[in-house]
Amino acid sequence: MQTQIESEPRVSYSSRRDSELVPRSVVQARNLTRRFGRGETSVDALRDVSLDVPAGRLTAIMGPSGSGKSTLMHILAGLDRPTSGTVEIDGTEITTLDDTPLTKLRREHVGFIFQFFNLLPMLTARENIVLPLEIAGEKVEAAWLEQLVGSVGLAERLSHRPAEMSGGQQQRVAIARSLITRPTVLFADEPTGNLDSMTGGDILALLRHSVDAFDQTIVMVTHDARAATVADRVLFLADGQIVKQLTDTTPEEVHLAISELGKE
Amino acid sequence: MIRITLRGLLTRKLRSSLTAIAIVLGVAMVSGTYVLTDTINHSFDSLYQQIYKGTDAYVSGRSIVKDNMSGMNLAPSFPQSVLGSVRSASDVKSAVGGVQTLTCSVVGKNGKVIVNGGAPTIGVSIDNSVPELSTVTLISGAWPKAGEVVIDQGTAKKGGYTVGERVGILTSGPVRKMRLSGIFRFGQSNGMMGATLAGFDLTTAQRLFDRSGELDYIAAVAKPGVSPARLVKQLRSELPKSVTLRTGTQEASKATADTSKQISAIQYFLLAFAGIALFVGSFVIINTLSITVAQRTREFATLRTLGSSRVQVLGSILIEALIVGVLASITGLLLGFGLAMGLMSLFKSLGLELPKNAFVVEPRTIYVALLVGILVTLFASIRPALRATRVPPIAAVREGAVLPPSRFHRFRTAGSLGLTVLGFALLLLGLFANGLTTSQILLTLGGGAVLIFIGVALVSARVIKPIATAVHPVGMVAVALLSIVVWPFSFLFWLIRKALRRGPEFPGVMPDRAMNRLALENSGRSPERTASSSAALMIGLALVTLVAVLAASIIGSFKGAVDAIFTGNYAVTPVSQTSVTGVPVAAAKAVARVPGVEAISSVRAGFGLVYGKSDMVNAVDGQPSRVFRLDWKIGSEKTLDSLGSNGAIVPERFADKHHLRLNSPLTVVTPSGKTLDLRVKGIFKPPTGGSAFGDVTFSARTFDANFQDPSNMYTLLKMSGGENAANSKALDKALAAFPNAQAQTRKQFVDSQIAQLNPILMVLYVLLVFSIFISVVGIIVMLVLTIYERTREIGMLRAIGITQRQTRRMIRHEAVITALIGGALGIGLGLIFGVLLVHRMPYVSFYLPVSQLILCGIAAVLIGIVAAILPARRAARLNVLEALQYE
Repeated sequence: MQTQIESEPRVSYSSRRDSELVPRSVVQARNLTRRFGRGETSVDALRDVSLDVPAGRLTAIMGPSGSGKSTLMHILAGLDRPTSGTVEIDGTEITTLDDTPLTKLRREHVGFIFQFFNLLPMLTARENIVLPLEIAGEKVEAAWLEQLVGSVGLAERLSHRPAEMSGGQQQRVAIARSLITRPTVLFADEPTGNLDSMTGGDILALLRHSVDAFDQTIVMVTHDARAATVADRVLFLADGQIVKQLTDTTPEEVHLAISELGKE
Repeated sequence: MIRITLRGLLTRKLRSSLTAIAIVLGVAMVSGTYVLTDTINHSFDSLYQQIYKGTDAYVSGRSIVKDNMSGMNLAPSFPQSVLGSVRSASDVKSAVGGVQTLTCSVVGKNGKVIVNGGAPTIGVSIDNSVPELSTVTLISGAWPKAGEVVIDQGTAKKGGYTVGERVGILTSGPVRKMRLSGIFRFGQSNGMMGATLAGFDLTTAQRLFDRSGELDYIAAVAKPGVSPARLVKQLRSELPKSVTLRTGTQEASKATADTSKQISAIQYFLLAFAGIALFVGSFVIINTLSITVAQRTREFATLRTLGSSRVQVLGSILIEALIVGVLASITGLLLGFGLAMGLMSLFKSLGLELPKNAFVVEPRTIYVALLVGILVTLFASIRPALRATRVPPIAAVREGAVLPPSRFHRFRTAGSLGLTVLGFALLLLGLFANGLTTSQILLTLGGGAVLIFIGVALVSARVIKPIATAVHPVGMVAVALLSIVVWPFSFLFWLIRKALRRGPEFPGVMPDRAMNRLALENSGRSPERTASSSAALMIGLALVTLVAVLAASIIGSFKGAVDAIFTGNYAVTPVSQTSVTGVPVAAAKAVARVPGVEAISSVRAGFGLVYGKSDMVNAVDGQPSRVFRLDWKIGSEKTLDSLGSNGAIVPERFADKHHLRLNSPLTVVTPSGKTLDLRVKGIFKPPTGGSAFGDVTFSARTFDANFQDPSNMYTLLKMSGGENAANSKALDKALAAFPNAQAQTRKQFVDSQIAQLNPILMVLYVLLVFSIFISVVGIIVMLVLTIYERTREIGMLRAIGITQRQTRRMIRHEAVITALIGGALGIGLGLIFGVLLVHRMPYVSFYLPVSQLILCGIAAVLIGIVAAILPARRAARLNVLEALQYE
């Protein structure tokens, strides 16, 4: 397998976790296969993928377009169902759950960050942030909200509506919204895909920060090689299979890995 | 361009067809109305053609007085001697004279009068001596001899009568049992549209109808070679001036004209409601097209970058509207035929059978219905189409482009307020200006109402957020209460679903605050859409409220008037208010003999010429002072008791108008041309609800001596012991021989008089339901289109944890808010209209229909809930993943 390049200098982002300590895994996927279409035109987007998502770590999933990385994330998050295989989130098998219990499980255990932010335009930043709690009919912990807002740097913008904010600010609101419920696992789908590179870097740093400061488990699907610098572990997918895994890696390593995948 | 348009229509099938419904119903009402009224007209026409087919000259009494209610001319009888003059005229081959009345009913074996819906109960003399003039065919038995009766086939069947049995006949006296000598058929198929027919020989008929020595008509046949016109001319010179002469054809077309006048009133009435439905439909279309145009901004911009001109963009939308309009109009036209057929079979089940195969579709029906539908659709599409032309090509590359504001944007608030004010000005002008004709009044009122509706719709778009915030808690509480009501069913449903292992959510009834709040925010996102959808509902509910206010005011005022005027405790009234027959005068005489009757007074009604105009006149007998109480300016209740042969009382308003004082002379010309010289003996002030007495009231003795077919509208009694079972029983017994009369307690009397309003109220509400239904479709379309737009947002919400049920509740609450805005505006406007209209109506004061208004509110909530069903299901069933990736 891959040999590590030890001499790589660390970038400023992180205090990545010591990968020697093996944490408990909060998401366990076993033998996932996802087939689209039927008969001769069917395509296997995932082929017998198994993985564990360790708690309190940032796992990045990378791979070329069509490699199945989005499909994997959707299945892990309970937005899609595998053709075969199982997924457990916090000990609950989710692939056979009916819609309502599954939705409630997402509400309780899963957070989302999307490429296009997906904020509600008619709500203020604060209202968007506390929306998941309102949906669940739960009270807002003022101290937690304050801490969260402070850490994403939105204290001044709470009464603004999405249309009055920049893309980066909107994504910060989205991050705060996903963290407010302290989800077991947070899934980020190309969180920097719709941002310029500097803002994207800030967002990655913020995700890293939430892992470090709040012990948040994150799974992130991305094209952005810099994601490597904040991730504790990077999984590479090609043709529906995990083909490579890097821990505490660098953008250069990632570029290399991707270009190698492209050649295969 | 056209191909692109057609493709677009096909891909947007659901919204196109929902849009079409908005027009289909209105057009269906137009075509249904025309077919129905044309068919009825045609049926009457052929009926009259049959009646007068062999008649060359037709003699009838010269009518000088009109029945104000029906607009029919009242023809008096004339001396029988005229028949001799006709027969001796040189050009007459043969002639038949007869009598007829609308107050001759056949009594069924159950003792009840046979009446089909509101159709007349006709009595005629039968004379078959002239074959050319015979319109009836004997089916069984023989033509009647003196004291015998024949009845028509339909009536015989309904009453279960066979030849030789004794049949009850009711005219002005108690029921008379007469031997049924035969059963006959009228014309080919006995198609008399529900009328019952009883025939007698001339002398018997004259005696029964109180026309001894008199005739109602003479039908004459000319000698060969003499034209009807020439015969009429000859007879005119030989007969007295008190009769009218027409040819048979003229008489038939006059009869047709008389009925078609009434039918065309019904036609305009129904068309007005079709107009309302189309008006509401145009709101829905404008809204739908505005939303789709907004959603297709990028498409239009792309077309523009590819070189389409503004005109082409405009054209593509207008063509789309044209296609929808044409298809919807054709569908509506056909649906209207179905509607008319349905109504005709409803009539049939009520006994008002139209002739077989009668279904008249005039070319006018087709082109008016199509034209109206197409024009309304096109007209409604102009504004959205113009907005689409303002999309700049650059919008093609913008994310989430919105339509540019209109050039007149900044004048909108002022403009819409101006429209509203103008509307109210027109309304007030129509209500309170003097000297307008009826059609001018209706046009001004209608135009005013239309402007107000448009104005309020536009104004409300500016303030939709505050209104939505105000109705939001109402909707929340109402839905929660309704959820509690239906909870047992929800629970059962849940148990079933649970048994099927579908993992359903337990049906809670508490409002979901987060979802409701999101719905509230959503309703304010595009104020114009919400306002437009609400406005469509507002129109229907405003009119429902108006009707409710009018009904409550009329009923309230009437009750007040009865309380004020009537001091007795029993009333005798006609059983079937649908029959033209009143209670025979003899019935009151029978009742007067019941032990315990302390006082009795009957009121008759007829029409006469007063100050040159047809007017209702009344007559009173017995001891009115003991059962009536009025507010007198001159005279007292005692005046009523002693009117004598020429005394009259008049209401104050009438007296003021004609400067009448005590002993002022007043003349009434009767339908038969006699002049009654009366003297004013009393002037009274009727209560707000009106009184039993019209413009002129005189003694029954004078009335009976001068008016044909006298009968009582009602008889009022005072009995010792008041209302009790023994008294009721005694009265019922006395009335046994008068099957169309009933004794009622005071409360029953009030209730039955009020109940007469119910059929017309039902008709009005049913007609308005069409408009409300269209506005429900409007809300559905708006929600469906909005959900398209918010697909990704719904996907996000589902991803972060709202359940399908919560999704449905969110959509539902938005619908409820929209409907409640419509409800609030509609009820408000309806109340304003009601107050204004009631203020203008004589004898009516304003009463608030509290329970109806609450029902209106509940209806609005239910409308919201129902409108949300389909869109909410669509939203809840969105695949989360696909929704998230939706562009």
